[in-house]
Amino acid sequence: MVNKRLAQHVDWLLLLLVATIVSMGLATVYSATYAQTQSQTSQLVWRQAIWAGAGCVLMFALLIVDYRKLERFAYVIYVGVVALLVLVPVVGFLSGGSRRWIHLGFFALQPSELAKLALILVLARFFHRDTAPGSHGLKELVVPALLFAVPAVLTLAQPDLGSAAVLGFVCMSLVLIAGLRWRSMLSLVLVGLVGVFVAGQSLWGHLKPYQQKRILTFLNPEADPLGAGYHLIQSKIAVGSGMFWGKGFLHGTQNRLQFLPEQHTDFIFSVFAEEWGFVGCATLALLYAAVLLRGLQIVSRAKDRFGALIAFGVVSLIFWQAFVNMAMTTGLLPVVGITLPFFSYGGSSMITLLLGVGILLNVSMRRFTF
Amino acid sequence: MDSSSVPLPDSREAPNGFRRRLGVSVAILAAAFAFLIARFWQLQVTEGDVHRTLSENNRVRLKRVNAARGLIFDRGGQLLVENRPSFDVVMVPEDARQPQDVLERLGGFLHQELADARQALAAAAASRRPPFENVVLRRDVDWETLVAVETRQIELPGVSLQIGPRRSYLYGTTAAHLLGYVGEVSVEELQRLPGYRMGDTIGKYGLEKYWEDRLRGENGGQQIEVDAFGRKLRVLDEVPEVPGANIHLTLDAGLQHAAEEAMGDHEGSVVVLDPHDGAVLAMVSKPAFDPNLFARGITSDEWRSLTTDSLHPLANKALQGQYPPGSTFKIVVATAALEENIINPFTRIFCGGSLHYGNRDFRCWKKGGHGWVNLHEAIVGSCDVYFYQVGQRLGIDTIAQYARRYGLGAATGIPLDHERGGTIPDTQWKRQRYGEPWYSGETLSVAVGQGYVTATPLQMANLIAMVAAGGTRHRPHYVARVDAPEGVDVPAVPDQVAHLGVRSSTLAQVQSALRDVVMSERGTGRKARVEGIEVAGKTGTSQVVRLKTDRKVNQRLLPREQRDHAWFVSFAPVGAPEVAVACLIEHAGGGGGAMAAPVVQKVLAYYFEHRKAPREDGQQEARATR
Repeated sequence: MVNKRLAQHVDWLLLLLVATIVSMGLATVYSATYAQTQSQTSQLVWRQAIWAGAGCVLMFALLIVDYRKLERFAYVIYVGVVALLVLVPVVGFLSGGSRRWIHLGFFALQPSELAKLALILVLARFFHRDTAPGSHGLKELVVPALLFAVPAVLTLAQPDLGSAAVLGFVCMSLVLIAGLRWRSMLSLVLVGLVGVFVAGQSLWGHLKPYQQKRILTFLNPEADPLGAGYHLIQSKIAVGSGMFWGKGFLHGTQNRLQFLPEQHTDFIFSVFAEEWGFVGCATLALLYAAVLLRGLQIVSRAKDRFGALIAFGVVSLIFWQAFVNMAMTTGLLPVVGITLPFFSYGGSSMITLLLGVGILLNVSMRRFTF
Repeated sequence: MDSSSVPLPDSREAPNGFRRRLGVSVAILAAAFAFLIARFWQLQVTEGDVHRTLSENNRVRLKRVNAARGLIFDRGGQLLVENRPSFDVVMVPEDARQPQDVLERLGGFLHQELADARQALAAAAASRRPPFENVVLRRDVDWETLVAVETRQIELPGVSLQIGPRRSYLYGTTAAHLLGYVGEVSVEELQRLPGYRMGDTIGKYGLEKYWEDRLRGENGGQQIEVDAFGRKLRVLDEVPEVPGANIHLTLDAGLQHAAEEAMGDHEGSVVVLDPHDGAVLAMVSKPAFDPNLFARGITSDEWRSLTTDSLHPLANKALQGQYPPGSTFKIVVATAALEENIINPFTRIFCGGSLHYGNRDFRCWKKGGHGWVNLHEAIVGSCDVYFYQVGQRLGIDTIAQYARRYGLGAATGIPLDHERGGTIPDTQWKRQRYGEPWYSGETLSVAVGQGYVTATPLQMANLIAMVAAGGTRHRPHYVARVDAPEGVDVPAVPDQVAHLGVRSSTLAQVQSALRDVVMSERGTGRKARVEGIEVAGKTGTSQVVRLKTDRKVNQRLLPREQRDHAWFVSFAPVGAPEVAVACLIEHAGGGGGAMAAPVVQKVLAYYFEHRKAPREDGQQEARATR
């Protein structure tokens, strides 16, 4: 239970950093939707604020429970989320060629977001409990691979390449931090390279170009070759045209003309960059870096291995999403559907990530209790 | 539990392992963000000016280049479907400044009212269209308009011409149902299919729909930089379009045309198959529609008249029309009876013109009866009483089993949408469908192809092709090969081969009887005879409503929808079959021998007159047209 002593140990700095990013995100969603609604505050902004509020409530609720309880329920949570993912193709609704959401009346739930947290929990439990600590061999990686594969395949089938990729990045990060023998790592890399090569030669090579293209478009509908090229140039122009100081709040022209695709979700960073320039972008990047460094500090101070592992999982989740999104918006990485943490419009993503922050706070404030 | 002042993540682990890895994480994190910030600097400071200029007035626009849709050829390499250039007059309202004034001026130059264009502009203004995107004012304009717009560019700011391919079906209604049609992608399709955009063309029906993925190609586009007046300055980036694959059909355009002519004003269907492999040589459904109407954008009046027509011009009756097969079904019953040893070729049954069964008289079409007949005579003269008797001895479930072995009761699997499978009733089906037991009287109706039993013309063509090919059944197909930019391939539509699995003597008996249906003086299919060719066939006349009165009522006095359907199924030449034909005439108002056999005769006559030309010569011709 939370007693006064525990409450004193809440990491207010981390909370403040996250709250700053959330507020900047809200302002940018307002700006991104400003053009369409003509000065009226868009409904989207209010909704986003509600998700942020709900996320905060859930985050604080999570603090009441000792994170070690999460270890006990890790598999239950995991199975529940996988069940939701299985439900998506059955009751999910179709939008833009993929089925990712379940209607809950007031809220469209995206189970692939929750899957990210569930995967962190089960992997942390596995590496904490079910294996000897330290250097892992290949045999110990069979179970984590399966735990990753089930939600990843279900997510990929929706299709949602972005979320599946994030699951992969998070899984990889946790395996590496849990420790892998050098020999195992080498053989993994070798097996991976050979696998990619063989698959490329035997399977992919045998497909006709139109079939390859169809598979790629299916897996990653965001990357319609023409549309993605268009998105990228427009997004780069938007970011670059911000120059050093930016065009000022609500003065982004690319955004105003509705040129940007997905301007309040995946591409929100380009709206922000246009209005706030290099100064704003660098500030935002540093804010994320600060959140992540604080997170790593929590990892290093964690009282037990499970706490360290879940905290590291959350850090890696925030890191990969932030990095891939900003790199994609500035044309460094191919376009996939990945949101900018705490910033992009979207309830499931916001709540998932705030719950993640809840995990960090939880691990942090219980580092002195035994 | 560990109680040291700085607890290690795990005391069992080498103390520096986890920490070292954490240190690496911090380094990776720092590097990643330094990398991002460097990228921001590059885009926003080093190249900032360039991007700022490009962002003003939206200097960068996307110009879509639609891929040319694949062409469609017949088996001889004759072009059936192509794309012709069409010009649309478009306007970018933001460049026009005063769109309504410009429109007014345009109307003046063209001497016409542009009410549609005004509507299009208003609709575009009301929608959440991205600015600087074209609004189509007029589609597919004529030469004069073209010249007028082109020469008055200065006075028409924001107005330009956009060239685009339009689908053109060279022979209008010919093979319309097989070819299908294209149209503008619908909102529902946009949601379901990735990679499409508003205004794209998509296959809506028939081959155009089924082979959409191959025909469509990949659209390309250009990122162009424009000046303040919307004029193109330079191309920033380009995604070249990839044309769609050309499709070569097994269809013979000449035979198709002959079959359509042979049908005249009748409604119904003709299907011609190659019994060796199930290739479709012709597929007719009447009445037909003109797919060109859809390609240019069908008007709501045209659409209404097509969809409300009681003759269903939009349905492909070859595979969607389900009709009682009538006496053509006797082929199934005869096969079953011989194979199950219910009869032998010498078994004679007396036909007195009707059979009293239960509380009802089951009539033979021949009022006076056929007298004592064996199987051969019963098929040749299409004696109903013989088959009532044989059917009764076989029982419904055995008949149904053989019907399914002939491919009835299930879709053939031809690569087209909306195919129906017909109905082959048996005791289980009746129980499930009606919750009632099977009455043995119903078996009598089924034995002569009446009652619950229905089949599509395509199924019947496949059935007669099976008889011709010695019992081998293929999945009908109509694409010979696909000629894609990256190479020619034969489409992977699996040829599902099935076998009838009966003694060869059984099929020989049936084949010989079918020959005499056409070739003997007593045959009901004499009108299908072709000079110098041995033709085999079977007539069928199927009742639409059960008439309590004499069956020999004057059909022409009945309302259309109560008149009999006429069937004729045929293969030729006997001995070395090359073609299998099924013809169905809806509500023909006459028997199969009188109405459908002459149609098949014309189809066969055309085929054998033109078959001298070797079929394979299409290959080179087709190559030349690419």
